[in-house]
Amino acid sequence: MSGQSQRLNVVPTVTMLGVVKARLIGATRGHALLKKKSDALTVQFRAILKKIVATKESMGEAMRASSFSLAEAKYVAGDGVRHVVLQSVRSASLRVRSHQENVAGVKLPKFSHFVDPAGGASGGPSGASPSLTGLARGGQQVSACRTAHVKAIEVLVELASLQTSFLTLDEAIKTTNRRVNALENVVKPRLENTITYIKGELDELEREDFFRLKKIQGYKRREIERQMIEAKKFAEEQLAEDLALKRGISMGAATNILVGGGDKDDDIIF
Amino acid sequence: MAGRANIPANSSALIAIIADEDTVTGFLMAGVGNVDLRKKTNYLLVDNKTTVKQIEDAFKEFTAREDIAIVLISQYIANMIRFLVDSYNKPIPAILEIPSKDHPYDPANDSVLSRVKYLFSADSVASDRR
Repeated sequence: MSGQSQRLNVVPTVTMLGVVKARLIGATRGHALLKKKSDALTVQFRAILKKIVATKESMGEAMRASSFSLAEAKYVAGDGVRHVVLQSVRSASLRVRSHQENVAGVKLPKFSHFVDPAGGASGGPSGASPSLTGLARGGQQVSACRTAHVKAIEVLVELASLQTSFLTLDEAIKTTNRRVNALENVVKPRLENTITYIKGELDELEREDFFRLKKIQGYKRREIERQMIEAKKFAEEQLAEDLALKRGISMGAATNILVGGGDKDDDIIF
Repeated sequence: MAGRANIPANSSALIAIIADEDTVTGFLMAGVGNVDLRKKTNYLLVDNKTTVKQIEDAFKEFTAREDIAIVLISQYIANMIRFLVDSYNKPIPAILEIPSKDHPYDPANDSVLSRVKYLFSADSVASDRR
C-alpha cells in the first residue's frame, strides 16, 4: 500500500512529469482554497450555534408569555373561544417567505414571516375580514393573546431559519472537510509518489545511457590501441626491410649467399 | 445540501403545527391556520383521542408538502414519534420542537440541540446558556 499502489499508472517521461507536477500544483492550490472555505464555514457555524442556543431560550419565554395570554383570553372570553377560532380557519394570513443567503458558496435558506393581506380569515391583525372572535367579551385579551402569539411566531421563524442554516452548514462543512482530507491524504501523496517514481525512472534511464556510452567508448579505445600496436609492428618490419635493401642485400639474398655459395668456394673443406 | 431544490424566494409558505389544543388555538388566533379547497388543514390538533399513527401520518404529510416551510411540533408529541423526528434530516421544512403548556421543556430531548451538544463539548453549550 505504501509505494507502488499509491501512485498513478503513468509512463515515466519528461512530459508526464510536467503534467503531474502541474496537477500537484493545482491540487495544492485547491487544498488551500478548500481549507479557507472550511474555516469560513466553521466560523459561521459557531456563530449560528451560539444564536440557536440564545434563541431557544427566548423561545421558551415567548411561548410562556403566549400561553399565559391565551389562558387570560380564555378566562375572560370563555372556553368557547377556541371553538370559534378553530371553526373560522380559512386561509393563513401569517405566512413565511424564504430567501437564500450565500456564505462562502453555500446557500443558506433564511425565513422571514410576513402578513398576507389576502388571507386572514382566521383573524390576522390586518386581515381583510377582521375576526369576530371575542366580540362579545374579552376582545382586548384576545388581541393581546394574538399579539403574543405573533411574537412567538417571530421567534420561532428566526429559530427555524437558524436551524435550517445549522443543518445545511453542518452538511456543507462535512463535505468540504471530506474534500480537504481527500486532497491532503490521497490525491497529493499519490501525485508526489508519481513524481518521485518518474524522477527515479528518468534517473535510471540516464544512468543506463551513461553506462552504455562509457562501455562503447572503452570498446572503441581498445580497438584503437590494438590497431596502433598493429601499425607499429608493421612500421618496424617495413623499416627493417628498407634498411636491408639499402645495403644492397636483401634479407633473402643474404641467406642465399650462405646457402647457395658453398659449392664454389674451395677453401671450405666441408 | 445547498444544491437541493428550494422554495422559490418570492413565494409564500405556510407554518404547520402539530400540538395540543391550546397551542394550536393560540397560533390559529395569530393567523397561521390554513384550510385549502380540499379541506386539508396545515395543523393537527392532538388530544388524548389522537393515535400515534395519526400523528405519524400528519408529520409525514407536512414534511412532504411543498408549501410548508416550518413544522412546529410540541415536544411531548415529538417524543411520541421520536424515531421519525430524529431520522428526518432535510433542511426544508424545518422541524421545530416547541414547549407546550402542560409539559416542561427539556432541551436534552430536542433533536437539534442534542446534535449541537453532540458536535461540541457540552460545557461550551452549557456556558452559553447561562
